[in-house]
Amino acid sequence: MNSSRRYFLKVAGLSTFALAAGAARAEAAEASYEAYPEGLKAHRWAMVIDTRRIQTPEDMRPIVEACHKVHNVPDIPAPREIKWIWDDTFEHAFANDPDPMLPENIENRRFFLLCNHCTNPSCVRVCPAGATYKTADGLVAIDYHRCVGCRFCMAACPYGSRSFNFQDPRPFIKDLNPAYPTRMRGVVEKCTFCAERLEKGLMPACVEASNGAIMFGDLNDPNSIVRRVLSKNFSIRRKPELGTDPGVYYII
Amino acid sequence: MVEKVLKGSPKYYIWLLFLLAIIGYAFIVYVFQLIYGLQMTGLTRNTSWGFYIAQFTYLVGVAAAAVMLVLPATFHHYHPYHRVIVFAEFLAIGAVIMCMLFIVVDMGQPQRVLNIILHPTPNSVMFWDATVLCGYLLLNAVIGWTSLEHESRHVPVPRWVKVLVVVSIFWAFSIHTVTAFLYAGLPGRHYWLSAIMAARFLASAFCAGPSILLLSLLLLKRLSGFDPGKSVVKSLSITIAYAMGLNMFFYVLELFTAFYSGIPGHAHPIVFIFNGHEGLNVWLNGWMWFAVVLAFASIFLLAIPKFRNNMKILPWALVMLIIASWIDKGLGLLIGGFSPTPYETYEVYTPTFWEISIGLGIFAVGALVVTLLWKIALEMKREGGEPFELAE
Repeated sequence: MNSSRRYFLKVAGLSTFALAAGAARAEAAEASYEAYPEGLKAHRWAMVIDTRRIQTPEDMRPIVEACHKVHNVPDIPAPREIKWIWDDTFEHAFANDPDPMLPENIENRRFFLLCNHCTNPSCVRVCPAGATYKTADGLVAIDYHRCVGCRFCMAACPYGSRSFNFQDPRPFIKDLNPAYPTRMRGVVEKCTFCAERLEKGLMPACVEASNGAIMFGDLNDPNSIVRRVLSKNFSIRRKPELGTDPGVYYII
Repeated sequence: MVEKVLKGSPKYYIWLLFLLAIIGYAFIVYVFQLIYGLQMTGLTRNTSWGFYIAQFTYLVGVAAAAVMLVLPATFHHYHPYHRVIVFAEFLAIGAVIMCMLFIVVDMGQPQRVLNIILHPTPNSVMFWDATVLCGYLLLNAVIGWTSLEHESRHVPVPRWVKVLVVVSIFWAFSIHTVTAFLYAGLPGRHYWLSAIMAARFLASAFCAGPSILLLSLLLLKRLSGFDPGKSVVKSLSITIAYAMGLNMFFYVLELFTAFYSGIPGHAHPIVFIFNGHEGLNVWLNGWMWFAVVLAFASIFLLAIPKFRNNMKILPWALVMLIIASWIDKGLGLLIGGFSPTPYETYEVYTPTFWEISIGLGIFAVGALVVTLLWKIALEMKREGGEPFELAE
């Protein structure tokens, strides 16, 4: 009895010590991370797409390729395709604004679709593992190593912005970019607003490839390019009535 | 108590071997799914949930159904149910285990399933669903086991078990409400974004679950001679009739809102699952109409006492009800939720042979669990001297 109690106290004491040491180590590790000094900073990153300047699949292809190449997005055929940025018609892109009397130039125009990086993202709300989360500067990000692949976020996203790796994506990457990680089978992925480029002081890949037709900046800064453009041009967003507060604006 | 599963008739062993064979086959298929990923299913980018999640949803209802016996027995002291309550609780255990397995096989990274516990996210309904399901499994296991043990030894059930029983009643309602919330809180999924979803889920659970239980009890009577008693069959079938009536009424409420308001978002999914879209989804449309016919036939037979109390007709009415609710709350619900897609396009989802194989394996696991637990319950009752035949 006595010896077992002593044993218990010993184990309990050691465990407490181990826990405390672990906690201290975790704290130390957290403090060791620091943002790059050259990183771009914002309170709420947002995107404005001038759809008057990017209209045709020819205009769009280099932009999609720039994104998909830098992020190792695999080229998998539908209906299990992976896409971060792609294009569709007005009717599909703005499905909640049906307009049978669309002018011809709008009807023939293609519109970029990508993650809206919502202020109130329903995908983040539903994720059971904390694998998809919102960053302080307004990005919706995914931790590919924590994602359990339940696809609740795909059901929750009203924009169809998320893709699931139904298979190992690596054989489908034509031209591997070793500077960016590839994903594995069984996790969800999507546009990241190029978080990895912003932190190094670079604009998102699509913005860079768009010759100024896609603008990117801080929505909370009245002097940012996005605010200046939006104050002079009428813009719409996809399904704003759902309350998600999407961060991608379309100038029509 | 556990040793009771070892002794049985040759028929019992053949049944167990049969189930084990299916489980073994499904396990091999699942290993392939683990290696090759969910491309082995019919799921796509736009229809990202299907057969697995449909079965999960349906089986949560089956698990919750035990409350339809526990509640009258506890709050209204309806004694006839005491004889069979343990079977309902053990059926619930089998159902919850199947639910969990269906969730796991649907995951892209099942080995990370503990992330749900390691990184708890109270904002996610899925987190709560996992929590309440685990809790419900535990409640039923503890309650079922201890009551069975005490009853067979003719000692009164301890007080703390009675407290747990009351907790389990509320818990049963919660598991299916939370499951409905998985669907009913998603913006942009027209078919699911409905306040009556949880009520519909509960109504369909309280008719389908007791139907499965009652059918199994009737089968048990044939196999073992254990008679659930006329009053159990009678009261349970009345419960089933009322719940099915409510279930169908709630669906009509959905139809009214969708079609009288004329709002396309509400109407489109319903039109799609019943009528397709420009020639798409022929197979589901037939199924949905089949479900409607079966639903009306079963409610007709269950509502009229002459048919309901006829032991030749009742099992058929129950089978029809189970199939109808399984289609409505299974693939009908899932496919209607994913088409139209966020781009107002339509897509055909058809489960693959492999998907159905794995599903069958999980059903076999459920059947195995329920068989073993019921076997124990039966032998304990026999040992305790409870009469198998009832003179009524």
